Amino acid sequence: MKLKIRLPNPGLDDRIPSHKDLEDMEKQEAADRPQWDNKAQYLLTCVGFCVGLGNVWRFPYLCQSHGGGAFMIPFLFLLIFEGIPLLYLEFAIGQRLRKGSVAVWTAINPYLAGVGIASMCVSFLVGMYYNTIIAWVMWYFFHSFQSPLPWSQCPLNDNRTGLVSECKRSSSIDYFWYRETLNTSETIDVSGGLQWWMVLCLFCAWAVLYICCIRGIETTGKAVYITSTLPYVVLTIFLIRGLTLKGSVDGIKFLFTPRVKELMNPSVWLDAGAQVFYSFSLAFGGLISFSSYNPVHNNCEQDAVIIGIINGCTSVFAATVVYSIIGFRATEQFNTCLNENILMLLNAFDLAEGTITETNYDEMLRMLNSTTSGFDTIQGLDLSTCNLETFLSDGVEGTGLAFIVFTEAITKMPVSPLWSVLFFIMLFCLGLSTMFGAIEGVVVPLQDLKIFPKKCPKEALSGIVCLLSFMIALIFCLRSGNYWLVLFDSYAGSVPLLIIAFCEMTAVAYIYGIDRFNKDIEFMIGHKPNIFWQAMWRLVSPLIVFVIFVFYFITKVNAELTYISWNPNSANFPILEILTYPKWVYIVIFILAGVPSLLIPGVALFQLFQRCCCKRNMYK
Amino acid sequence: MLEKVLFLLCLTPALAQEPCFPGSSHAYKVRISIKTALGNQAYVWNDNEMYLFRAAMAFALRSYHNGQEFNVSNIMVCNETPRVSFWFVVSSPENSSVLLKKGDVENAIRKSRNRINGAFLLTDQTLEFIDIPPTLAAPVMPVTPPWLIVFGVVMGAVGAGIIFLLVSSLVQSKRKKNKKTLDEDREDMRGIENGLGCDNLGGVYNTTFSDGDKFTPM
Repeated sequence: MKLKIRLPNPGLDDRIPSHKDLEDMEKQEAADRPQWDNKAQYLLTCVGFCVGLGNVWRFPYLCQSHGGGAFMIPFLFLLIFEGIPLLYLEFAIGQRLRKGSVAVWTAINPYLAGVGIASMCVSFLVGMYYNTIIAWVMWYFFHSFQSPLPWSQCPLNDNRTGLVSECKRSSSIDYFWYRETLNTSETIDVSGGLQWWMVLCLFCAWAVLYICCIRGIETTGKAVYITSTLPYVVLTIFLIRGLTLKGSVDGIKFLFTPRVKELMNPSVWLDAGAQVFYSFSLAFGGLISFSSYNPVHNNCEQDAVIIGIINGCTSVFAATVVYSIIGFRATEQFNTCLNENILMLLNAFDLAEGTITETNYDEMLRMLNSTTSGFDTIQGLDLSTCNLETFLSDGVEGTGLAFIVFTEAITKMPVSPLWSVLFFIMLFCLGLSTMFGAIEGVVVPLQDLKIFPKKCPKEALSGIVCLLSFMIALIFCLRSGNYWLVLFDSYAGSVPLLIIAFCEMTAVAYIYGIDRFNKDIEFMIGHKPNIFWQAMWRLVSPLIVFVIFVFYFITKVNAELTYISWNPNSANFPILEILTYPKWVYIVIFILAGVPSLLIPGVALFQLFQRCCCKRNMYK
Repeated sequence: MLEKVLFLLCLTPALAQEPCFPGSSHAYKVRISIKTALGNQAYVWNDNEMYLFRAAMAFALRSYHNGQEFNVSNIMVCNETPRVSFWFVVSSPENSSVLLKKGDVENAIRKSRNRINGAFLLTDQTLEFIDIPPTLAAPVMPVTPPWLIVFGVVMGAVGAGIIFLLVSSLVQSKRKKNKKTLDEDREDMRGIENGLGCDNLGGVYNTTFSDGDKFTPM
């Protein structure tokens, strides 16, 4: 049963170049539109855009907490049924219409301009906070050129009698992150002042981004040779290093041990779908833009499948590396815990060194416990329970994984500064290549919307975008900056993207017309997309995106608006405190999530209003 | 805890004879962890090592109290355990029945801690004097924080790159502009008749034989 629904769309042929026009453009090699130097540049840029920090610090956590090896099943399933079809759609529509995101949707139907503008807004908001994370990475990178690493030791207090109290109670890693890097305040209300060191790092991050994006793909095309390939080199180095460390195999085993029962839980499938969706950087407009610079007969079907597979494999590879290091760290923590217990027992019972070792700990403990005096002594000692599983499932994701867990593991490796430098360069490259796509998703629509005069050179436009983003992103350099960033991450980059993706698919399938789209693809790559793609575009992928959107929306609306804060004065310090957001955060959330989403119907209404007015004026 | 109290009570009658006993107001407890510090190269703790310890203590006290000649006989050790922990007291060189105050002993040990540690190839954590906290080393702070140096290098490179790229695109656009005006001048000079531009070969373009042009053919 074929769905032959097609909404009326008058004037489409006038707005888009015909196949003959495309052939002419191909022969002329129009100089006004930038082009890729070679296919490798295009593929590397797309891979760089898709592969980002989420592959390193979100996927491993999801994989481990949602059933280990069994998580591969929903992940692969949704990769094939949601990710790759959407990717193919964006590539094909960009290559066919040869324009940036706003111009593409305006060409399909002027009422759809809102979709492109919403993409631009989301790219702008996400770009702002994503580059702040890169600024943090750079801060750690700058601090990696010293031995010992600054986060491996607590600083001394003012009168040099002991360590700083905040550091002693938590750990040197936490202290360095929360105090010396962020200088975080207790609540989001207390904004504190601008932290000058963060402003410097943020400025550096935007300057590096500017120099890479200064002439659009002319410069990013050269930069991606390094930023897209270096992370793989570093991951391989870390894998080899990780496998030689004690305990790494435990970590990998822990990650991949399948727990098939978890698959019964629907949230596993929804999280997998969300991860695939966000991992592919869909609906940002950047991918459409990048594809529009391709030659007309480029095989976008092949590209979509290749990039989809690369993205999936990179996630699994990165998860392996991350968990080998986590396994090492957990083993070190376990050994430290055990050795502390052993030392306490040796000191309390005055036994010779070596009588209690890691291997005979349990039986020695039992033997000592068997006497009443021994039992009482041991009770008084307050031994901590050491469990490797607990240390392994200390599952951290996001910035916690990179700046706390991994940095701690690095301090325990020999030649720590080298590993630290490598690790942060890798994170920097991963983040930067994603930012290229975000900037493309902002600059090209601005050009399409003709907000700036046509003579405005690309350098100036990129400069204005970077400068404006830098100035608004200064909010993340306040003492409460981390809380703002978490807010942006939760709301700016989640719900609007799902809405935009859903609109994109329905627009192409039902407003542009799936028949026309099939003919276009046949013209471009030589054969019509087969029944699999048809079914995906028309039914399955929009359905999956819709379901994920509904789930996300309901979860967000019902969730209590809380955040975790670092408060040295709280009772449970160093455990992070859970606080509720103040009331004015609702306004911020509305701006972040509501405004881009409402732009889609808003712009459509505006266009309708304009046309009605025009018609009335014409007839007056 | 109970153990220690019982032990003390038993020892009270012996107080009169023995100056060194655990918990004495003049005694310090020492705990040595050789295997932890040296692993495979650990030496065995025996009487010779104990003699070295007493000699090291005497050295420390001599260095602190300039003039008073402490001897190994002034350092009395008791309660040695297999853990390698023991208590010791220090008697004054002039009068062997007078014990030195804890404060004096502590200061002497603090002053020569490094030398004592070095004699045994141990550290503050593996040669512990219970109740004497180790002195913390002052961290070395370079004049410019190293991160600013790296930051300066990166910013310098990026700044130079940006300036270079901007200048080169300015130069390129100026060259294009000059080339455009030069071409336009050349066309002007060749003469334009009937509103048509001439090609570079010169002469008037005969529209009769042109194809695909926008003007009405003659």
